[in-house]
Amino acid sequence: MNHLDRLEAQGVRILREAYRDFKDLAMLWSIGKDSTVLLWLTRKAFFGHVPFPLVHVDTRFKIPEMIAYRDRLAMEWHVNMIVGQNVEALRDKQTFPDGNLTRIQCCRRLKSEALKHTLSGDWPRLRLDHASGEYVVDSKPEPFTGVIVGVRADEEGSRSKERYFSPRDKDSEWDIGDQPPELWNQFKTDFAPGTHVRIHPLLDWTELNIWEYIERENIPVVSLYFDQGNGTRYRSLGCYPCTKPIDSKARNIAEIIAELRTGKLKNVAERSGRDQDKEDGGGLETLRREGYM
Amino acid sequence: MQSDPVATEQMSIAMAGHVDHGKSTVIGRLLAETGSFPDGKIEQVRAMCQRNARPFEYAFLLDALKDEQAQGITIDTARCFFKTAKRNYILIDAPGHIEFLKNMITGAARAEAILLVIDAAEGIRENSTRHGYMVSMLGIRQVAILVNKMDSMGYDVGRFEAIKAEYSAFLAKINLEPLAFIPISGREGANLTTRSAAMPWYQGPTVLEQIDAFKKPEPPVAMPFRFPVQGVYKFTEQNDDRRIFAGTVDTGSVAVGDEVVFLPSGKHSRVASIERFNAPADPVARAGEALGFCLHTQIYVKPGELLVKAAEIQPSVSTRLRANLFWMGKAPMIKHKTYKLKLGAARSAVTLVNVVNVLDASELTSVRNKQQIDRHDVAECVLECPKPIAFDLERDLATTGRFVIVDDYEIAGAGIVLEALRGQDSVLKDHFLERERHWESSEVSADRRAGEYRHRAKFVLLTGRTEDGSADKAQALAKALELRLFWLHFKAYYLGARNVALGLDAHFDEGGYSGDSRIRRLGELARILTDSGQIFIASIPDLDVYDIQTLELLNKPNEILVVNVGGTPIENYSAAFTVPAEASVDGGVNAVGMLLRQKDVILEYSI
Repeated sequence: MNHLDRLEAQGVRILREAYRDFKDLAMLWSIGKDSTVLLWLTRKAFFGHVPFPLVHVDTRFKIPEMIAYRDRLAMEWHVNMIVGQNVEALRDKQTFPDGNLTRIQCCRRLKSEALKHTLSGDWPRLRLDHASGEYVVDSKPEPFTGVIVGVRADEEGSRSKERYFSPRDKDSEWDIGDQPPELWNQFKTDFAPGTHVRIHPLLDWTELNIWEYIERENIPVVSLYFDQGNGTRYRSLGCYPCTKPIDSKARNIAEIIAELRTGKLKNVAERSGRDQDKEDGGGLETLRREGYM
Repeated sequence: MQSDPVATEQMSIAMAGHVDHGKSTVIGRLLAETGSFPDGKIEQVRAMCQRNARPFEYAFLLDALKDEQAQGITIDTARCFFKTAKRNYILIDAPGHIEFLKNMITGAARAEAILLVIDAAEGIRENSTRHGYMVSMLGIRQVAILVNKMDSMGYDVGRFEAIKAEYSAFLAKINLEPLAFIPISGREGANLTTRSAAMPWYQGPTVLEQIDAFKKPEPPVAMPFRFPVQGVYKFTEQNDDRRIFAGTVDTGSVAVGDEVVFLPSGKHSRVASIERFNAPADPVARAGEALGFCLHTQIYVKPGELLVKAAEIQPSVSTRLRANLFWMGKAPMIKHKTYKLKLGAARSAVTLVNVVNVLDASELTSVRNKQQIDRHDVAECVLECPKPIAFDLERDLATTGRFVIVDDYEIAGAGIVLEALRGQDSVLKDHFLERERHWESSEVSADRRAGEYRHRAKFVLLTGRTEDGSADKAQALAKALELRLFWLHFKAYYLGARNVALGLDAHFDEGGYSGDSRIRRLGELARILTDSGQIFIASIPDLDVYDIQTLELLNKPNEILVVNVGGTPIENYSAAFTVPAEASVDGGVNAVGMLLRQKDVILEYSI
C-alpha cells in the first residue's frame, strides 16, 4: 500500500463509522477540491452511492462556475443536495462586498451563521429535485447531528488540533482544551442530546496528497484551479471578493503537483490568497471556535 | 502523465515526555532547520515576540493557538509536516502535562514511532515513565529517547549515561527496547540535524538520522484474517442489488471462494466477490484495505460481528475478559454500572466485575484491594459483557485485542485483552439472586390472584425480524392479543417498547449507551407486572438468544412465553410457538390463545 492507499482506506473507514452511528448525517461540500475528494471517498466507501445529503452554504458571492459544477455533479452522482444561505443578511446587504461589514464579519454572517442555522434546520433549506433539476424548499428540515467536513490539519494552526470526530456544543462551539481522546480507530460516536459532532476524514491529508489523489482517481475538479491563459489560477476557492488567484502557469493536475513538490509553491501557505485570514492575529481561529469550517 | 506516488511516503512520529522537557522547542527547531515552515512564518513569530517584548522561542512556532501562548504549554496534539530526502513526516506534538494525558494518548496512538524527550537536568519525571508505559500499552515498538537540554549540564557524558541507564532499566520492565538514546540540545540545535562538536563522545545518529532510520510498518498481511464488519449495505437505488459486508481488513488476507465465519454468531458462508469502487479487480483482499464482500449465501448478521476465515486460528468468543485498562474518565470506573465497550466494530454493554490490581503508572508499583479505577490509573481488571463478543488476545493479534470504554458519551478507558475467561456466574445472575433475596412479597399469593383472575401470570413476548417485516406483524399481533384477552375479562396488558424508551428510559442518561439496559429494564418491569398477576405482553424486534435469556432470568420466578413471528428462526433458541409468515393476525391470536390454554395459563375454556 502506498501513502494514498492508506489515506484513502482511513478516510473510508471514518466515513463508514460516521454512517453507522449518526442517523442524521450530512456532508459539507464547498465545491472546492478537498470536499470534492471527500465526496469521491464517500462513493468509494458506499460502492458508488452517496447515502447522506450534501450541504452547501451559498454566500451568493461564489464564482458562477462553482455553482454550475456543483449542480452537474449532484445530478450525475445522484446526490441529495441541500443548499442554505443567510437570506436576511443578503437582502439587507449586510456583507463585505456591499461595503457594510468587515471581511471577518461577513464570513460570520454569510458562512458561520448560515451554516449553523442550515444544519440545525431552523432556517429554510433548498433541496435539489432530481426530476426537474431545480431547487425546491425542503418541507421538514431535521437537525443534523453528524457533519462531515473536509478540513485538513496542514491548512492552518487551529485545524492541526482537530480530531477525526470532533464534538461541538449546543452553540456549535469548539472546546479546544477539552477534546475527546482518539485511539486505535475508535472515535467519538456517542454524543449528548443537543450537541453535534464534526467528522474529518481528510485530517491527515496534505494539499499535495489531495492533488495526487485527484490525479490517480481522475476526479473532476473546477477548471478555476488551472491557468486560464493569463498566468493565474486559483489555489483555494472561496467567494470572489475575498479570494485572489495566484500567479501560476500550471495548466493541469500534473503541473500543479510538480509546482507543490518542487516549484514555487513549496513553501507558500495554501490560504495565502484568502484575505479574511489576515484580518487579526487569530481571526480564523476565532471563527473556527464559533463554528466556521 | 501520472505523478510518482512513491516519492511521498509518509510517516507519523509523535513527541512525548514530561511537561517543560522541551518537546515543542525540539520540533520547532527541527522544522526550522529542515526549511519546513512556510516563507515568512519564522519572521512573523519573531516580529510578534518583539512586539510583546518576549524572547523568541522555537516552541512559539508550534503553539499556534492563543490559549497555548497564554499558558505556555501544549494543550492538545498539534500536527506539523516536514520532509527529508527519504520521506514526508507528520510530527505530532503531544502535551506533557498530566491534565492533558488523553491528548497525549491521542497523539501517540496515531504515531508509527515515538521520540520521548527527557530533560537532562531534571532527569526522569513522573510523565517520563507514565508516557513510556502508555507507549508500551499503545503497542508502538519504535521508540527513541532524546536526552534534551544537554547544554544546561555542560554536555556531560556522565549525566547522559546515568539517565540512559536508569530509563533503560525502567523500559525493560515494561518490555520496551528503545532504538536509540540521543543527547541533544533543542535550544542550541545540538545533534538534531547535524552532529554537535560539543559532544564528541557521542557516536550515534542525530535525531534526523534516527527519524529516517525508523521503518515504515507494513500492513500485517501474514496474520490470521480479521475483518470487523462496519456495515451491511444494500443500496437499492439505481437497481443495485448487491448485499455488501463493508469494513477494513485489520490483519491477514482472504480470497474469493474462501470459507468465512461471522463471530460471535457463528454463521458460515463463502466469499463470492470482493467489492471496490473505481479500483482494479483483485480476487484477494489484504490487510489495510477498506472494501466489501458479497457472500454466496443470504445470511443476516448485524454490523459489529468479526469476519474470520474458517481455516485459520479462531478468535476467542466470550462474555468475560481479563484486561489491562487505562482510565482517562473524569469520573472513576466503578462496579455495578453499565459502560459501553467498543472493540473492533463490536459495541457492547460492559461492567467492571473485579479490579485485580492497580498499577501506579509513574512509579510502576501495584496497589491491590482497590474497588474502582481512578483517573490516570492503569488497572488489571475483569470485565463482563451481557452477550459474548469476539476478540483476540492482544499479544496474539493486537488490532482485535484492543478496546475502548465509553462513559458519559466520551471514550474514558483504553484497554488490551490479556485473557478470555469463561464458566463463571454473571453479574446479571448475582443481581438476580440479590434481588430475589430481598423481594418484598405481598399478602396476596400468586395462586389467589390466579383463582380470582381465572389465569396465571405470564410474560408473553413476541418477536420478529425487522428486515422481512415480521417485527411489525409481531407488534400488531401483540396488540390484538391484548384486546382479545381484555374482551374476555382477563388481566392483560400490552406494553409498547417505544413507551419504555420515551418514558422510563428517558430518565436514565447512560451517556449514549442504552441497547442492553433497555432489555434489562423491560425484564425488571416484567417481574413487577407478572407479580401483579397479569398477562404481560410485549413485542420487541430482532431478539437474540441472549436477550431472551436476560428477560427469562429477570422475569423469574414467573415464566416467559416466547412467540416468534415469521420465517426466520431465532438462532440457538426454540420459541414456544412460531406464527408462520403467511398467517393472518386473527389466526395468530387464535393460535397463541390456544397455546395459553394448553400451557394452563388460562384456567378454563374461554378463548
